Amino acid sequence: MSEASAAPAAELAPRSHRAPLAILVALVLVAPWVVYPVFVMKALCFALFACAFNLLLGYAGLLSFGHALFFGAASYATAHAALEWGWRPELCLVFGAAVAAVLGLATGLVAIRRQGIYFAMITLALAQMFFFFSLRAEFTGGENGIQGVPRGMMFGFLDLSRTYVMYYVVAAIFLLGFAILHRTVHSPFGQVLTAIRENEPRAISLGYKVNQYKLIAFVLSAGLAGLAGGTKALVFQLASLTDVHWNTSGEVILMTLIGGLGTIFGPIAGAVFMAALENYLAQLGSWVTVTEGAIFVFCVIAFRRGMFGELSRLLKRPL
Amino acid sequence: MLAVPIQALFGQLLIGLINGSFYALLSLGLAIIFGLLNVVNFAHGALYMLGAFVAWFLAEKAGVGYWGALILAPLAVGLFGAVIERLLLRRLAGLDPLYGLLLTFGIALILQGLFSNWFGSSGMPYEMPSALQGGRALPFMFLPNYRLWVIAVSLVVCLGTWAITERTRLGSWLRAATENAALVSAFGINVPRMITITYGLGVALAALAGVLAAPIYRVSPLMGADLIIVVFAVVVIGGMGSILGSIITGFSLGILEGLTKVFYPEASNTVIFVVMAIVLLVRPAGLFGKQA
Repeated sequence: MSEASAAPAAELAPRSHRAPLAILVALVLVAPWVVYPVFVMKALCFALFACAFNLLLGYAGLLSFGHALFFGAASYATAHAALEWGWRPELCLVFGAAVAAVLGLATGLVAIRRQGIYFAMITLALAQMFFFFSLRAEFTGGENGIQGVPRGMMFGFLDLSRTYVMYYVVAAIFLLGFAILHRTVHSPFGQVLTAIRENEPRAISLGYKVNQYKLIAFVLSAGLAGLAGGTKALVFQLASLTDVHWNTSGEVILMTLIGGLGTIFGPIAGAVFMAALENYLAQLGSWVTVTEGAIFVFCVIAFRRGMFGELSRLLKRPL
Repeated sequence: MLAVPIQALFGQLLIGLINGSFYALLSLGLAIIFGLLNVVNFAHGALYMLGAFVAWFLAEKAGVGYWGALILAPLAVGLFGAVIERLLLRRLAGLDPLYGLLLTFGIALILQGLFSNWFGSSGMPYEMPSALQGGRALPFMFLPNYRLWVIAVSLVVCLGTWAITERTRLGSWLRAATENAALVSAFGINVPRMITITYGLGVALAALAGVLAAPIYRVSPLMGADLIIVVFAVVVIGGMGSILGSIITGFSLGILEGLTKVFYPEASNTVIFVVMAIVLLVRPAGLFGKQA
């Protein structure tokens, strides 16, 4: 998807990111005092999810149409560990992310055997397989999902049942995940990923073991998507089939697309936009689906760079 | 194995063949469209649903029955597809094919959302034509006429499409344009128009499958949503390079799914995806495909 990526993303951790990074941290810290905190927590979970997804599509050129698999599986794993095993929240989150990473390894090993459009169809099909598994499996609670997940005491002293404590834990998780992704993208490893996106045969001929790079990126993306899913399960105290449905995979693509493929800040903006949209349109039922579809068509036809892609072109600096 | 009653076995085999008919018709359309447009048509399931709804509308509002719908619905949906191609898909020529997938995914969401708004998600029944009601009693099972009809139509249409692409002049242009569109247009053939027609035809096949499905399943807004994902898996298994390959793969996977329902019902929803994973590990290009 090289056409859309406005940002050359060449320099290591460009200096032009300093100001936007500071703005981002400030916004995250202040937001719950201005907007409804649960809404911001939801937006942050989806923002991390979208950033993790963007590592694959925006930087490695791999369209995974099955990322709900990792988000949802971790959501189930975290909820199960918290409710049935009574683990502490930090362990539940690590467990959820680990489950997602292992599933990412298994899925990645199968999916990277094909490129481009086939990669998308394969990930979609594998995620659908997991959806049917979740529908039937005992521990997922089928149609009901896992309800009443306890938030618990993080590290034994942070009482997550208090909204603002929960908020700042979510904010810390988001910023941690974002920092990992930011570092990855601007590392030599990230440069190789971009090279694969731009011209895979050339990367192979330069001696890079392309499949290993893709697989590592896939596992990392799956693990962080899982961290987002697990956090979401704690915030809403619920893990359900919605989390593993293909619709969620579609939504994360839309967030990334609208925010700007291959921009570091874009997916965050896209996630906030989509969360707000869902909030306002929630009472309108399937009009949400129609709106999402219309935004997809609009973005693909006329807005391929996305918000931050256009902004970065305007300001002439990578974002 | 002997514990399974023979009626159940043949009953599920029949259902498998029916599902296989739909897989074959849908993956055939996908393969034709992908060949020329380089677009994986995610809207295929939604257009299958649209075909069924057009048939339902014709019956409810215009008094046109099944036989009329069998011609009119594919025609109407095919025209709709041609319009989509001219207005939207054409703008993506030369871009990464992933954009085509995302665009058609958006179209599918719009169609499914609109119909869910208008009709709810439970769906409506569609009456079977009287000529095809009833069935015949075979020594080992009861064979409904309509199901036999679906399998026969699907086989004829699939083989007909194959014959057209392999044996006619239009088909030879099509195959040539798939190989090298620029060269074909240099010979004076109007390639953009051919692309529009091809997309319309592929989409009409989906609508035809929708009309065939209407009397068996209920006509509902989400009838194509999950189906398209299974068809994607079928396409990955068969490889999109070969038309005959997609027909054979479609029918065999339908049968395999039916057999799984008899011997291990828990896995019947997932068996096609498992086969896909195994095929990818053993033969990444698909059973009939060339390595991309």
